[in-house]
Amino acid sequence: MINQASIQSTIVSKDLASNISLVSKLNKRKIKDGILYFFIYLSAAISVVLLASIIIYVLVKGYDKVSLSFLTSVTSVLKGTVGIAGNILNTVIIILITMLIATPIGVGAAIYLNEYAKPGRFVSIIEFATETLSGIPSIIFGLFGMMFFGQTLGFGYSLLTGSLTLILMVLPLITRNTQEALKTVPDSYRHGAIGLGSGKWHMIRTILIPSSLPGIITGVILAIGRIVGESAALLFTAGSAKILPNTLADLFPKVFQSGGTMTVQLYLSATSEGDFDTAFGIAVVLLVLVFLINLATKKLAARFDVTRRK
Amino acid sequence: MNSRIKVNSTELIAKYVFIVSAAIAIFAVASITVYMIAKGTPALKSVGAVDLLFGTSWKPTADSPSYGILYIILTSIVGTTASILIGVPIAVLTAVFLTEVASKRLAAIVQPAVELLAAIPSVIYGLLGLMLLNPFMFKLEKILFNDSETHQFTGGSNLLSAIIVLAIMILPTVVNVSVSSIKAVSFDLRAASLALGASKIQTIFKVTLPAAKSGILTGVVLGIGRALGEAMAINMVAGGSVNLPLPFSSVRFLTTQLVSEMGYAEGIHRQVLFTVGLVLYIFIMAVNIVLLKLRKEASAND
Repeated sequence: MINQASIQSTIVSKDLASNISLVSKLNKRKIKDGILYFFIYLSAAISVVLLASIIIYVLVKGYDKVSLSFLTSVTSVLKGTVGIAGNILNTVIIILITMLIATPIGVGAAIYLNEYAKPGRFVSIIEFATETLSGIPSIIFGLFGMMFFGQTLGFGYSLLTGSLTLILMVLPLITRNTQEALKTVPDSYRHGAIGLGSGKWHMIRTILIPSSLPGIITGVILAIGRIVGESAALLFTAGSAKILPNTLADLFPKVFQSGGTMTVQLYLSATSEGDFDTAFGIAVVLLVLVFLINLATKKLAARFDVTRRK
Repeated sequence: MNSRIKVNSTELIAKYVFIVSAAIAIFAVASITVYMIAKGTPALKSVGAVDLLFGTSWKPTADSPSYGILYIILTSIVGTTASILIGVPIAVLTAVFLTEVASKRLAAIVQPAVELLAAIPSVIYGLLGLMLLNPFMFKLEKILFNDSETHQFTGGSNLLSAIIVLAIMILPTVVNVSVSSIKAVSFDLRAASLALGASKIQTIFKVTLPAAKSGILTGVVLGIGRALGEAMAINMVAGGSVNLPLPFSSVRFLTTQLVSEMGYAEGIHRQVLFTVGLVLYIFIMAVNIVLLKLRKEASAND
């Protein structure tokens, strides 16, 4: 009897002990969970706080530097003006040349990969090359552009050299976005067109390109965003000049002359020139541009999704 | 008959134009590689590979110049590693927040913020680092090295500033890739874990994240590539002299070395800078190849 009782009591106490340890385990788990939740929220807060403080700081420091004359005149000690009109023009010219050449090539590459190519060695090499190209940092593009377009082809420091360099840089962006868009065009469109007697090129021109236009435009806008923000690839290819052409006829030769974009000018203003007013002024303009570009791609992507759901 | 031939030739021309467009990427990568090697190797001969790669003295414009780039290589490795160590945990936890914890409304605030961080030009990061981070580092430096007689004061332009800027700049890359790989984890796994009595946090860290491991790793490698290749932002905050990569030393990265000296370098100095470019290119290619392997594994697992 006594034995049994003592056995029972040990069983009870063992149960109790395991219960207590379970409770303390659960408590420990709660504390652990709480700590991890804290870090998760903290991390997410960091991104938001960072972005907010970047925007606020730049706006506070730079909003009063941006004015009509800042945007429409060129910095000149002689005239006593401070402005970035030359840099804006350079940026626009580089965007135009780059996109005029890069868009057809990028779209063409995507069409080949998606519509013509059969899986094989050639395709995997192209895909490897595109992948590699998108992983190469802009400073390497800058070096290569300086050596190849600048020296070997003899374009020197010019807007053309800068644009040719940037074409290589934005090509993967356009190819990939177009490819994604082409993949969402239903096969029935292709079968329908071919079945009605259309040639492949005709089908691509009249059916595929229009249907994948939102994707192509998204790629183009992203590429423009990349060009607007680019500096390392342009420093040694397009140089840093900031003069405006006097007449419209001077605009064309400008392509073969050196010219710094807004981003390059910001870098020079903040470092060698020590002109922080101009730097923050440009930073405000850039932030606004980047924000608009971001908004535009989002709007497009949303529209794109709707067409896909149909 | 005639129009048939015309159609066929248009078709043919179109096809070849597309092939050529696609081949331009190959041509670009091939010529970049050829140029980097052709321009980057002469200095290995004229300076000597060992002196160049393992030399620690960088005096390109001295009367008896020396071109050792070991500290520059080390700085890039240390800086990238440290920024990854700081940036990746924050990025992965942010991705967890966006996919597992946040309500739709909160996610709708955090997600666009992360996207915008990715879109901000690197010179703006550099400008802010220059205006905010460097003065703070200078204060810290003055406190820490008050009694030191050997420390060279940098005015706050140091490795630590560069690491912080890099850690911020890789955030969006790692967050975005991690988010999509966490989203791809099947809901059944989570449900099973929760049904077995695991808490939400336990499920996230013991089930969901391990399942998303390869995708997160891809994001980390992308981040490494981004940090290695970043030039302008860190050039503005890291200082301008070649030193052993210590937190409060003014340092030069592979990329910043190119940005700050390419403009005026001549002769052997210029050759050596191309070698710096080649070293960077080799690092980047190694990262790219790892990335490709990871992606192949991921698609094989699907």
